[in-house]
Amino acid sequence: MSVEAKHQPGLTRPGIVRRTAAWWGAWPVAQMLVVAAVIALVYLLGANASATMQRLGITPGFGFLSHSANFEIGESVIAFKAGDPYVRAILAGLLNTVKVAAFGCVLATILGVALGIAGLSGNVLLATLVRWYVEIVRNTPLLLQLFFWIALAKALPPPRQALSALDALFLSNRGVYVPAIMAENFTPQTFWLLGLIAVSYGLFLFAACRRSRLGMRRGLLATLVLLIATGFALPATGASIGLELPVLSGFNIRGGHNLTPEFAALLAGLTVKFSAAIAEIVRAGIQSVDRGQWEAARVLGLHNGQIMRLVVLPQALRVITPLTTSSYLDLTKDSSLAVAIGYPDLVSIINTTANTTGQSFEALAILIGVYLALNLSVSFLMNVYNRRVALKGVHVR
Amino acid sequence: MTFIPQLGAGWSTALAASLVVAGSIFSTTSFAGPTLDKIKERGAIKVGVGTTPGFFAPDDNGRWQGFFIDYGRALAITVFGDPEKVEFTNSSPQQRLPALQAGEFDVLLSGVTVTISRAFQLGFHFGPTVFYDGQGILVRKDLGVNSAAELDGATIGVQSGTTGELNIADFFRKAGKKFTPVTIEETGEFINALETNRVDAITQDSSDLVGKRTQLKKPDDYVILPERLSKEPLAPAIAGGDDRWLEIVNWTVNATIQAEEWGITSKNVDEFLKSEDPAIQRFLGVDPSLAQSIGLDPKWAYTIIKAVGNYGEIFDRHLKPLGWDRGYNRLWTDGGLLYSPPFR
Ligand SMILES: N[C@@H](CCC(=O)N[C@@H](CS)C(=O)NCC(=O)O)C(=O)O
Repeated sequence: MSVEAKHQPGLTRPGIVRRTAAWWGAWPVAQMLVVAAVIALVYLLGANASATMQRLGITPGFGFLSHSANFEIGESVIAFKAGDPYVRAILAGLLNTVKVAAFGCVLATILGVALGIAGLSGNVLLATLVRWYVEIVRNTPLLLQLFFWIALAKALPPPRQALSALDALFLSNRGVYVPAIMAENFTPQTFWLLGLIAVSYGLFLFAACRRSRLGMRRGLLATLVLLIATGFALPATGASIGLELPVLSGFNIRGGHNLTPEFAALLAGLTVKFSAAIAEIVRAGIQSVDRGQWEAARVLGLHNGQIMRLVVLPQALRVITPLTTSSYLDLTKDSSLAVAIGYPDLVSIINTTANTTGQSFEALAILIGVYLALNLSVSFLMNVYNRRVALKGVHVR
Repeated sequence: MTFIPQLGAGWSTALAASLVVAGSIFSTTSFAGPTLDKIKERGAIKVGVGTTPGFFAPDDNGRWQGFFIDYGRALAITVFGDPEKVEFTNSSPQQRLPALQAGEFDVLLSGVTVTISRAFQLGFHFGPTVFYDGQGILVRKDLGVNSAAELDGATIGVQSGTTGELNIADFFRKAGKKFTPVTIEETGEFINALETNRVDAITQDSSDLVGKRTQLKKPDDYVILPERLSKEPLAPAIAGGDDRWLEIVNWTVNATIQAEEWGITSKNVDEFLKSEDPAIQRFLGVDPSLAQSIGLDPKWAYTIIKAVGNYGEIFDRHLKPLGWDRGYNRLWTDGGLLYSPPFR
C-alpha cells in the first residue's frame, strides 16, 4: 500500500534541505540579520516598556481583568452594570464591535451588489447616479461621513415629539424604537422542544442538500412554516411569547428594542462607505467575465436576468470574493472610528480600561489580539467560501 | 485647534516615546531626574490642558489664557526664568492620562482630580491642589428637574476617561436609580449631545460646566443643579520617577499661595523687596542663600509674582469674570483650604 503511494504520479514534496533553502531564500545571511534586528527591536521595546512601568511603580499583568469596572456602558448585547469585572466590560465592547461589523458587512454587501449591478444595467440615468454615489462616498473621509450621520440622527425630534407609526415604531433623536419580541418563562420542556426542532431542521437541510432537491424558494417556505409552527407550539410548554411595545414614559421612550443614534449612525456610515467599495468590486468582477459568455448564453436562449444569475455571477464571484474579503476586514477595523461619535465599541471600552487601571500596555495588547483574531476569523470564513466558489463553481438551481 | 479623535493617537505617541526613552536609557547620566532632564534639553515644558473658558482657552490672538495656563507659565519661570518657555497642548480627558504615562507631557494642568488609583495604578504624583471642585450636572431647564435625585431614567452624557464617568455610576448605584450613559470622548461632541437634546443632562466638574455653559448657544436654557456629586480636588499631575520635578511643581504652586498670604502682589512686589522680614527676604531672593542652597535662581519666586501674580490675582483675573466665588479656594486664614507649608 505505502509503496504504491510513493510511486503515485503528481507532485512529490521536496526534502527537508530543499524546503529550508527555499524558506531562507537566496540571501540567508541578510535574512538572518533582518530576523535578528526584529528580535532586537522587540526586545528593546519590551525592556523599555517594563522599565517605564517600573519607574511609575506599575505592576504588569492581566490581574486587573477580574477587578470591578466602575463605569456604565450605554448599550450592550450582554447585561452589564457598574461593578462587573473588566473582562465583562471588554466583552461587552467586543460584542458591540461584532454587532455593528456583522450588520455592516451584510448591509454593505446587499447595497453594494445592487449598486454594482445597477451601474451596469445599461440604463444611463441609473448608471450615472451610481457613478456619482460611488465617487462621492469613496472620496470623502469616513470620519466626516460619520459626523454627518450622527448629526442627522440627532436632528430627529426629541422623544416627546417623536415621529411614531401605529404607536409601535418611534423615530426620535434618542434612537429608533421598534417592538421587541419577548420570550420568557422557558421551562425544561421548552428547551427539549427547541432542541428537537433544531436537530430535525438540521437533518432536513442536510438531506435536502445531499439530494440537491431543495430550491431556494421551497427552502425558505419550509423554514417560515417551521418558525410559525414553533411560535404556536412554545406556549404549550409553558413559555410565553409576546411583543413588547415601546411607550413614552418620563424622560424617555421605554420598552421595545432601541437602535441608538450612535449605533444607527455608525452602521449607516459603514454600510454606505463600504457599499461603494463593494459596488466597484462587483462591477469589476462582472466586467472581467468575457463578452463571449454573454453572447453564448444569449444564443442558448437565456434572458438577461438568467444570464447574470446562471452564467456571469458564478464566474465573477471568483474575482469578487477575495476583494470583498478585504472590504469586510476594512469595515471591521474602521468600526473603531466609533469612539468619535460615542458608540461604546471595543476601542472605547479598552481606552477607558487603560485610563482607569493604568495598564496601557496590557490593554493595547488585548486590543491588538482581539482585532487580529476577529479579522483572522473573517478571513478564514471568507477563504472557506472562496474555495467553494473557486473550485467547484456555484450550485445553481 | 480642533481635536480629531483617532484610534490610538495616544498609543502611537506611547510607542514613539518608548523609542526615545529607549535611546536615552543608554546615554543619560544625570542627577536631575528623567523628566527635568528632558525639559531642559528641549528648552520648554510640555503641558497638557483642556479647553474651558477661564481655565484654559486660546484668546483671539491664539495665545493660551486661563487659571491653569498661568500655572504653566509659573513653572516655566521656576525652571527657565522665562514664562514663555512652555508649550500648551489640548488633549481629551481620555487621551491625556496615558499620554502623561508615556512621557508625551511633562505635566498635566488640565483639571486632573487627585485620586488614589491614579497615584498607585497610573503611577502619578500630584502637586498641591490648586482648585477645590466638585462634580455637577448641567440640565435643560425645560425638564423641570431641581435635583439630581429626580433624574431617574434620564439619559446623561459623560466624558470618557473622567472621574465623572465613574462618579455618576456610583451616584445612581447608591440611589438605587437608573440612568443611560452616552459616553463621549471628544469635548465638542459632548457639548453637542446636550444642545441637540440627545441627552437630558451632562455631568463634569462644575468648573468645567460653568465654563462650557457660557459657550452654549442659549446658556439661559440650561441650569447647573445644586448638588455636587463628588470631591474633585484639581492638581498638577506628573509621572512618577522624578522627585526634583515634583518638588518644583509643589513649590511653584506654594509660592503663589504664600505670596497671597503675605499680601505680595504683582503690583507691590517691588516694594516688598525692601521688607525687613527675613522670611520675605529669603522668599524674594533679597537674601539669596535659601535659593542657592536648593539650586534655584534667587529671583524665581519674585519673577513668578511679578509676571503672573499671587493665587488671588490669578483667580480674580480668570475666574471672577465667570462669576466664581472663592469658596473653598480661599486661604486658610480666611476659612478656606489653601495652605502653603513654610518657605524656609
Ligand atoms: N477632574 C476630572 C475631569 C477632568 C476634565 O475633564 N477636565 C475638564 C476641564 S476642567 C476638561 O478637560 N474638559 C475637556 C476639555 O476641556 O476639552 C478628572 O480628572 O477626571
